[in-house]
Amino acid sequence: MNVKENTEAQRMSFWEKLYLPAIVQGLGITLRQMFKPKFTRQYPEERWEPLGSYRGHPVLVLDEDGERCVACGLCSRVCPALAIEVQAAETGREKERYPVKFEINMLRCIYCGYCEEVCPEEAIVMSKDYELVFEDRESAILGKEQLLVPIERLQDRLEFLRRYK
Amino acid sequence: MTELLVQLVIAGIKAFIVINTVLLAAAGLVYAERRIAAWIQDRIGPNRVGPFGLLQPFADVIKLYFKEDLVPALADRAYHRLAPWISITVALSLYAVIPVADSIVIGGQRIPLSVAPNINVGVLYILAMTSIGVYGIVLAGWASNNKYSLLGGLRSSAQMISYELALGLSIVGVVMVAGTLDLAEIIARQQHVWNIVYQPLGFLLFLIASFAETNRAPFDLPEAEPELVGGYHTEYSGMKFGLFFLAEYSNMVVASLMMVVLFLGGWHVPFIPELPRWLGLQEGSIGLALFQAGVTLAKTAALLFLFIWVRWTVPRFRYDQLMRLGWRVLLPLALLNIVLTGAVLLALEHVVR
Repeated sequence: MNVKENTEAQRMSFWEKLYLPAIVQGLGITLRQMFKPKFTRQYPEERWEPLGSYRGHPVLVLDEDGERCVACGLCSRVCPALAIEVQAAETGREKERYPVKFEINMLRCIYCGYCEEVCPEEAIVMSKDYELVFEDRESAILGKEQLLVPIERLQDRLEFLRRYK
Repeated sequence: MTELLVQLVIAGIKAFIVINTVLLAAAGLVYAERRIAAWIQDRIGPNRVGPFGLLQPFADVIKLYFKEDLVPALADRAYHRLAPWISITVALSLYAVIPVADSIVIGGQRIPLSVAPNINVGVLYILAMTSIGVYGIVLAGWASNNKYSLLGGLRSSAQMISYELALGLSIVGVVMVAGTLDLAEIIARQQHVWNIVYQPLGFLLFLIASFAETNRAPFDLPEAEPELVGGYHTEYSGMKFGLFFLAEYSNMVVASLMMVVLFLGGWHVPFIPELPRWLGLQEGSIGLALFQAGVTLAKTAALLFLFIWVRWTVPRFRYDQLMRLGWRVLLPLALLNIVLTGAVLLALEHVVR
């Protein structure tokens, strides 16, 4: 048998086997790294403004005619986490259906965005809000008063939806 | 009798100052470690508690005090409690013989600035005490009744015993050059040329061995998280863990101080040893002592930075690599260093005659 070993250790020269030059080189790299700009964001003071493509928690759009939602219940039907509950009612106005009750349980929501995708009225969209803090389970269920957001604050997302949806 | 009392009071004051300085330095070191680690990793690091986050270590200590102090079931309670105290006692008692500055003269009395002055075997004392430090770690591993702790403790003892040989032998070269084991005397002889010039190999060996002795990366196998959870301090919480932590950082400071004393000229200013005289500092005055202590501490701080810097650069060794490096590289090199030093000294002696 004439087996020739060819291990890493055998290929290395004496100078390489000493490792010290490599360690010094490594120290140089880490030293240079120390003076590079940092990636840390000083969070509470310095906030991150997400792009339009960001899926924060879902909200209901409130335009100049009032809420857009017609309580069709598609969002509630498509929601894989069963987080949305809608109860419809009627009014005498031209757009006669509206939700008397629209609740999203933020403990169940998985931010998939299906509700937004399925909505025929562009009435439920994903916001940029990523700061969700609750002190108990009840307050994690958001009602209409927390969900309705004026359309001006959702322009980025609506723009994004029109372009890419 | 009064003479003895005076000596005791002086030693007590010095011990108080030294221990407090060390504890403060360890706190500062924890902060420095976190900050430098963060910078190397493109982060900012702790900057919330106090100005620049400087009070972070104190916040950490407060947190540790308020944590529950757990002793695992079936653990050997007495030894479990004893182990951190052995570690911290040894770590703090090491400072007794290290002089940070030349002696000062107050009221015609010469006061050497180390807690236990005029010990003519200072080097031996340091080596002996560091060996005792192993007990704390082994006991912690053994008494915890946890296999990871035990493995960590065993690894640590094997590692420290292996590298102690290289550590001790690398000092022998310095001792041969200086001709004494007295640390103050060794510093005094380095006024013009530091020992690192005579003993570059010795310094390198001492540096590597002291990384291993202090269980610092790349030799931090005893507490290798991926394999051993937390190593020997897995089962420690609260201030008992804090004591181990403190002992580790205190050991780093001792190792750096030893390097400064043995190889880097102690309190002597590099290149311009006459600087304190130009500044008008009198021999034996407190001003000179403060100046020298500053020089010593600056050098120590530089070495501590090296410790931290290396930790965040070099990956951890495997166990077999660690043992191979210790026994097959460092030990023979240390012996070679002794032989070479002896040969050169002998040759010089003959040339001079």
